[in-house]
Amino acid sequence: MSEAGEWWTPLAAPGLLLVLAVLATTGNAVLDARSAGRPVTLATAVRPLLGVPRVLAAQPRRLPTPDVLLWRAGAVTVPVAAVLSTLVIPVGSHAAADLSVGVVWFNAMEVLTWAGLWLAGWGPDSVFSLIGGYRFLALGLAYELPLMFALISTATGAQSLRVNDIADAQHGLWYAVWMPVAFVVYLAGVLAFSFLGPFAYPAGRDLAGGVLAEASGVDRLLLQAGRWLWLASGAAMAVPLFLGGGAGPGLPGWVWSLVKTLLVLGLLVWVMRRVPVARADRYVEFAWVVLIPLTIAQTLVPALVVLAR
Amino acid sequence: MGTTAMTLLAGLGVLALVSGVLVFTLNSMARVTFSLLAALVCVGGVTAVLGLPYLGVVIVLMMVMEMVIMAVFMIAYMMNPAGLMPMSMLHNKRGALAVSGVVFAALVAGILLAPWPDRTGARPKDTTFQVGMALMGEQMLTMVTLGFVLLATMVGATVLATRRGRYDRLGDDLDRRPADDPVRGGVGR
Repeated sequence: MSEAGEWWTPLAAPGLLLVLAVLATTGNAVLDARSAGRPVTLATAVRPLLGVPRVLAAQPRRLPTPDVLLWRAGAVTVPVAAVLSTLVIPVGSHAAADLSVGVVWFNAMEVLTWAGLWLAGWGPDSVFSLIGGYRFLALGLAYELPLMFALISTATGAQSLRVNDIADAQHGLWYAVWMPVAFVVYLAGVLAFSFLGPFAYPAGRDLAGGVLAEASGVDRLLLQAGRWLWLASGAAMAVPLFLGGGAGPGLPGWVWSLVKTLLVLGLLVWVMRRVPVARADRYVEFAWVVLIPLTIAQTLVPALVVLAR
Repeated sequence: MGTTAMTLLAGLGVLALVSGVLVFTLNSMARVTFSLLAALVCVGGVTAVLGLPYLGVVIVLMMVMEMVIMAVFMIAYMMNPAGLMPMSMLHNKRGALAVSGVVFAALVAGILLAPWPDRTGARPKDTTFQVGMALMGEQMLTMVTLGFVLLATMVGATVLATRRGRYDRLGDDLDRRPADDPVRGGVGR
């Protein structure tokens, strides 16, 4: 059942998203410390958070000919789009704005990252940043279409674009179970639009940080926060789309939603650390030759099931 | 239509117009591209406020992707590639002014003179379904034909633009493995 959100849900959604993003960064820092053989203490966990005051207090980098307006716009767009995308994600069955076209809304907000990262690369008028921005577009042309087909598979199965309807339509048999290709492609897409792990190519170390190369101060903080906010938002969206939303025995819906979101987030952070960075020229061919045909076939499955029902 | 909707509509309309004017007055290709994107996003907002949320959000989605890719080409083909140098989007000023003035007048005359139909029946609750039926119900043949024409155009344009063919990749007898590509892909064809 879809229920209208309370007045405080638009405020709660960004707060919850921020908590999830912080959990993901601290978890990543703990895993970093463990793999480096350092002792795991509370200090190692909060270490990435100390970067926030450090980056804010640092002297901003000055460049000869930046396009400040576009640069700022790009840096702001990435985290703002991540927060706006959570409007349609239900916790339990409460979403801040239960739009009738929720899936398309999420997709549109995710595509805003294209503009944001290209602008963040263009703004500083610096070679490494610019290449980073172009790299994200090349990656975008590879990951976007399979991701769209993965989203369409779930909407076709539920015959609705409303996220709550998709969660309700799963009736105990999760879409992750009978649409595994769409689920895996969606999770890969989440890593891609948060440009982390195997898709960290636009901000690659081989490019002196790419889109992050010249960013300092608040701009840098916004772009870095945007990555983890998008990871958290993508993990939260996977729950109503593929894992039955808030459905589960015993506990209330919102608890199940949070538990599943944390599990997906943990899985994403683990995978992100295991898989090496993929170059866009390699991933583009893989996406177009392998993933797009597979996801189209995957979309056919729920279409046939719905027709036969 | 309520006051909120009317205010939104007016605000988005003014923003769209202002960004549209900026397209012709700014002097950086990147800024021009993104003010055009701003205008188109406002049009998406107008469409959503008018009661077609699906089309509105899809306009935003498609226009962001399209304009970002377009930025790459617009900057690549511009006479000053850096795009941060001063430039002008105006060419053939008198002719362009005459053409755009006539088109604007014709469109406004059309809005004022057309006999707009009155609404018959109640407004549907979910217009997405109506849009889907309108496009994919009676117009299915048109849409399928359009789809194939678009696909054929894309494939044809790519083939015409590519200098290398399969004989360059695979040799005269098409038996060279692996293929001789300037950039090796990720699948190993």
